[in-house]
Amino acid sequence: MSYKFEIENLNAWFGSKHVLRDISMKIREKAVTAIIGPSGCGKTTLIRCINRMHEIGPNARVSGKVLFNGIDIYAADVDPVQIRRKMGMVFQKPNPFPMMSIYDNVAAGLKLNGMRNREKLDTVVERSLKMAILWDEVKDDLNKSGASLSGGQQQRLCIARALAVEPEVMLMDEPASALDPIATAKLEVLIRMLAKDYTVVIVTHNMQQAARAADFTAFLYLGELIEYGPTKALFENPENELTEKYITGQFG
Amino acid sequence: MDHYTVRKIIDRSMRIFAYLALIVALIPLFSIIGEVFLKGVSSVNINFFTQPSPTVGEAGGGVANAIQGTLITVGLASLIGVPLGLISGIFLSEYSEAKISSPIRFFNDVLSGFPSIVVGIFGYALIVRAIGFSVTAAAFALAIIMLPIVTRTTEEAMKLVPATVREAAIALGVPRWRTIVTVVLSGAKKGVATGILLAVARIAGESAPILVTMGYWRWWFAGLNQPVASLTLNIYIFAISPFENWQVLAWGSALVLVMLILGINIIVRAATREKYK
Amino acid sequence: MKKFSKGDNLFKLLTAVIASSIFLILGLMIYELAVGSRLSIQRFGIEFLVGTKWDPAITQVFGALPLILGTLATSAIALLIGVPISLGIGLALSEFSPKRFGFAFSFLVELLAAVPSVIYGLWGIFTLIPFLRNNIYLPLQAVFGFFPLFSGLVYGGGVLTAGIVLAIMIIPTISAISRDAFSAVPNTQREAMISLGATKWETAKTVMSYARTGVIGAIILGLGRAVGETMAVTMVIGNKFQLLPGSLFDAWYTMSAIIANEFTEATYDLYVSALIEVGLTLFFIALIINVLARLVVWRSLRLVRGIARE
Repeated sequence: MSYKFEIENLNAWFGSKHVLRDISMKIREKAVTAIIGPSGCGKTTLIRCINRMHEIGPNARVSGKVLFNGIDIYAADVDPVQIRRKMGMVFQKPNPFPMMSIYDNVAAGLKLNGMRNREKLDTVVERSLKMAILWDEVKDDLNKSGASLSGGQQQRLCIARALAVEPEVMLMDEPASALDPIATAKLEVLIRMLAKDYTVVIVTHNMQQAARAADFTAFLYLGELIEYGPTKALFENPENELTEKYITGQFG
Repeated sequence: MDHYTVRKIIDRSMRIFAYLALIVALIPLFSIIGEVFLKGVSSVNINFFTQPSPTVGEAGGGVANAIQGTLITVGLASLIGVPLGLISGIFLSEYSEAKISSPIRFFNDVLSGFPSIVVGIFGYALIVRAIGFSVTAAAFALAIIMLPIVTRTTEEAMKLVPATVREAAIALGVPRWRTIVTVVLSGAKKGVATGILLAVARIAGESAPILVTMGYWRWWFAGLNQPVASLTLNIYIFAISPFENWQVLAWGSALVLVMLILGINIIVRAATREKYK
Repeated sequence: MKKFSKGDNLFKLLTAVIASSIFLILGLMIYELAVGSRLSIQRFGIEFLVGTKWDPAITQVFGALPLILGTLATSAIALLIGVPISLGIGLALSEFSPKRFGFAFSFLVELLAAVPSVIYGLWGIFTLIPFLRNNIYLPLQAVFGFFPLFSGLVYGGGVLTAGIVLAIMIIPTISAISRDAFSAVPNTQREAMISLGATKWETAKTVMSYARTGVIGAIILGLGRAVGETMAVTMVIGNKFQLLPGSLFDAWYTMSAIIANEFTEATYDLYVSALIEVGLTLFFIALIINVLARLVVWRSLRLVRGIARE
């Protein structure tokens, strides 16, 4: 088992607000790593630092290293656009492109990369939708608008869109928070399946979800990494008092 | 990664194009303001502000009567257009649930896009045919141009007043109409005032409607049923004339007009800037 | 909800009546324009719209087709030049630049809209025309002169110049509305593209696609403005009544320009009536364009900004 990411002394700011403090952790390849913590602890910021999305915000700043396949993605000669291409991201609120069809949504990333061949596109679109457990529900009408689907379906469409460009990593920022319980359950099954081929990092405020779906869990509080380890161990035998308080619901 | 390099090149080119478009669009602005100042300043002297328009062949001359005329015309138009627009705006803002308010708003917006010369012809047909080419007809046409602007800005300004303000007054037992006229209106007065100023700046620059309702006039104010001189129309007449001293006056008039209109616009926009922070 | 205050009801009624004056004004406008055109309509009928002669002096025959063509052509040129520039500005201010600069630049672009038409004309005559003639038109003719579009006498004014001035005048409108439309696109859309590894331009294309209704409305509004512009056009277009211009450098005429030029010299009723009928035609064209624009822009965008030339 090797590490997909090695985060070293990561700090992040929004203006003068110090959102992440000296985070260091190693994320395992082809596993599901969950990041939990109360609101405002910096978990979304952390995941957005991994694909260099944090820095596009106003007055945002990052320092430290994030080694991806051994190379620091924050090095001066690294092009963030190429980094993001290698990582798929799914957001809290599903954001399919409403002016595009389901097909075009999934193909969006492929067309960016220059894929024009209709047959190739068809193949990849079908494969991605199948991986996202959406194919059977939409295969009869791929020309419908991306926004005409239900919330859970839209989120799976976004996952298909992210998977289509064959990233190495899937970053998910509270992907189920806008979904109903049934859609959430389907999503968790999907996440476990994705872990077979991808490194999955998922932010969640739902501890039970982390306990169910993740191999490893990191607990953040006020921008600091409090505890990090195999999920089972963290939940059953937390080393840190703060962790224990959080998972027993005493705060947050 | 060759395709990627192409994408990078396209990205950079399009961004450069966008900034170029911005610069290209601003060049005329600076050219116009620059020329108006450079060419207009030389014509501005004491005569400029005290003499009326010169006759054909007469040297010198000034725009005193044109300034007087413009002030009268704009003032008269505002007398009609501002109250009308104010009340319309109040209605649209406070009673927007009324079924009639949607069509009113729609047609006001439609009117605001009309060619001003067509409004001028309307003024001609209605008023000039009755009392002749006159400042009244011109003011009427300008009032109609002003109306949708004042209506819309008043509505927007009043809508910005929070509902809590209205509710507090009503809870105190103040009737709704009184609330609107005192509390809400005074809360919106800055927005309403800037709207009126912008409308005034707009009609001060109009010349097409003045052409068809008054025509060129080179004397002082001579009665409401007579035309008056107009800065904008003078610019037109003098600019296309073959006389050099007239052309010089055109630039001078333009300078006065530009300073007035741009001055109002700059002040107003600077004052309303905090809205967007 | 029952209203017990008589004052309230009265107030609502009064303000409603005054606000409804807009219907009266528009209705009266159509009526007066129609009545004013009656003489001309009775004399020429539908021939007026396709007639190609305008002879107030001898035969007293009037036809508006060249004017309609002139209006449409100059407006089309204005859109051809103005729309790409406006979209570029919209993108530059909304997508490509930090917020602080955006405000200053958009303020400047809006000032362009505050400049009166007659001053555009003044600048057009004394600054733009000589500039275009010497630096653009003559060189263009030197290279492309064999092409009929670029042939003929070059004096600096004419069709193309009018189109250029109109383009400058409609850029503030189109770019401002477009920029608002772009800014209204939810950030999550941009983030979706960025996370797929899109460049800024590729992300901007998605934004434009999302906002395309607003952009179309903006363009239609710009067209409405171009169609109605009078003073600036009449001061640079040359005011020559002919069915088609000889080239882009030749003089021509528009509906609004002929009214401005000849209204005060129309000495007899039929002449005036013909000019009013031109105005009526312009009215209807502007009405259709503006209604179309408002229907499109209405849904997608509520304008809360400064008005000059809205």
